[in-house]
Amino acid sequence: MNGDFALEVQDLHTHFFLRRGVVKAVDGVSFSVRRGEVLGLVGESGCGKSVTALSLLRLLPNEAARTVQGRVLLDGEDLLGKSDRQMRQIRGRKISMILQDPQTSLNPVFTIGNQLSEVIAKNGAGRGGSVMQQAVEVLRKVKLSAPEQRVQQYPHQLSGGMKQRVVGAIAMHRGPSVLIADEPTTALDVTIQLQYLNLLKDLQENTDMAILFITHDFGVVARMCDRVAVMYAGRIVETGPVREVFNNPSHPYTQALIASVPKMQRSAARLHTIEGQPPALSDLPEGCRFAARCPHAEARCQAAYPGAFTVGAEHAASCWRLEPA
Amino acid sequence: MQRYIVKRLFQGVLLLIIVSTVVFAVGRLTGNPVDLLLPEEASEEERQAMIETLGLDGPVLEQFVVFIKGAVQGDLGVSIRYRQPAVDVFFSRLPNTLMLMPAAMLLAILMAIPLGILSALRRGRLTDRISGTIAVLGIATPNFWLGILLIYLFSVQLGWLPSSRMGDWSHYVLPTITLGTFLVAGFMRLIRSSMLDILDSEFVKLARIKGLSEMKVVWKHCLRNALIPVLTLWGVFMGGLVTGTIVTETVFAWPGVGRLTYEAVIFRDYPLLQAVVIMDAVLILVINLVVDILYAYVDPRIRFT
Repeated sequence: MNGDFALEVQDLHTHFFLRRGVVKAVDGVSFSVRRGEVLGLVGESGCGKSVTALSLLRLLPNEAARTVQGRVLLDGEDLLGKSDRQMRQIRGRKISMILQDPQTSLNPVFTIGNQLSEVIAKNGAGRGGSVMQQAVEVLRKVKLSAPEQRVQQYPHQLSGGMKQRVVGAIAMHRGPSVLIADEPTTALDVTIQLQYLNLLKDLQENTDMAILFITHDFGVVARMCDRVAVMYAGRIVETGPVREVFNNPSHPYTQALIASVPKMQRSAARLHTIEGQPPALSDLPEGCRFAARCPHAEARCQAAYPGAFTVGAEHAASCWRLEPA
Repeated sequence: MQRYIVKRLFQGVLLLIIVSTVVFAVGRLTGNPVDLLLPEEASEEERQAMIETLGLDGPVLEQFVVFIKGAVQGDLGVSIRYRQPAVDVFFSRLPNTLMLMPAAMLLAILMAIPLGILSALRRGRLTDRISGTIAVLGIATPNFWLGILLIYLFSVQLGWLPSSRMGDWSHYVLPTITLGTFLVAGFMRLIRSSMLDILDSEFVKLARIKGLSEMKVVWKHCLRNALIPVLTLWGVFMGGLVTGTIVTETVFAWPGVGRLTYEAVIFRDYPLLQAVVIMDAVLILVINLVVDILYAYVDPRIRFT
């Protein structure tokens, strides 16, 4: 066991058992995040990023969804073997999460202070000041203006950016080992996005909190992450340090994703798109899942799923073309 | 908040004026009240005398002014059957109804909230299906029929509970169930469906991410939100409750305003019926005002806009 890792996910499978069949939303995902590191989990909508995140927290959305295989090691302890009671002690304390849409992630009928107090009271009282005073301090830490008034206010009285700061404060207050951020800036104005990303970076600094940053935006990855894992149709197809992956994208899907990011310099050019649709997660092909859309597809791509081949330091991709001769 | 209440009060007054106008108009449209009030063999002199005492000889507009003037001063005419002011008759019966209605509401709240939450949490399982079936029966069974069934079973066959009139607590059981069943069923389904939405919501997810206990997630984060649609539809249910008292009080010979309404119809006591309808409207408005204030308390988005 490598003590360096805050989170290690090994061969995670989360399936939805529906009447029309089994949807393999997460189908053999492995990755790890070091302490103090930001790992970007990138992929298009519906590729299984959010289900992966919720599997880690053991908060799958309904009864049809089950994690059927794998290990989730948080500080070396397997979360999948914990009881519900133990998980409640771990959630919010050792592993926490920022949700995508700040407009809906706070309860509309309770004050900001009330919702913050739920994580403060449990942190052990007597750290100086009343719960509300502590709540004010917590909001000050996420650089929310006029925190004394904010604690008295209700979510609908705050802007989206402010709400997301509150959610961030709730998620990070108890100093978790791992923070999952599921597209935390997607719902924010572009001008606010950058501020929020910088805030996350600032708050992570001087702590050894690991961040699993879920996004579909390679621009955000470049700004935020140390390493990146690219996910496609329930599996991770490429992992590596951000610079490595940008300079030498090795999986055709990663190449296509990076090519489809609009560039300032070539404003007039047509945006690059990836032809076709990802396969249905209830009816996955035997071979490489990207083969049907891949410009380099060969016969063996249809036949079997490629293993992860090393392309550089900590850089690997699952593509047959990378198989050492 | 004060502005909100004042606005609601103003709307209430406006509504009362409309109700009074409609009641007045309907009263004149259904023919000459004198024909209804006097026996068929009455002489022309008797008719004229009646018309004059009732003030029916002037033009309609003038009658309306007289009617509104009286109404504003709390005078809604004299009951023909009781020979006292209709308003007084209404108020003498009101306390009896005000003991039955809250009992039914309490029954609805005590049963519907836990059952609604339970069926949402056990969606699709046996508990949910049983409570769903009961709810459908509760909504579909007319309460006069339910009342009679209950009397037949518990009073006639088993002899456990009294079948009519007021008395000790045992007299309240059957009328409360009869009146409350419809509310229980309606609230329960409403709470179930809003709970299902809320259980899927992001703020519940966040509450769980915080590591809160399931008790706290359900009873703090979900319940208050689940009550909002119930309060929204409260007005509709109140209408059902007031009309429900007419049937229930009649079946159980309960001396409240519901039965009074029934009597006023049967005995063609026109002034009394007018008064009862208007006072029922006032009653519904007062209850709704209380609920509106409660609504603002539950949902801050209303309080602060």
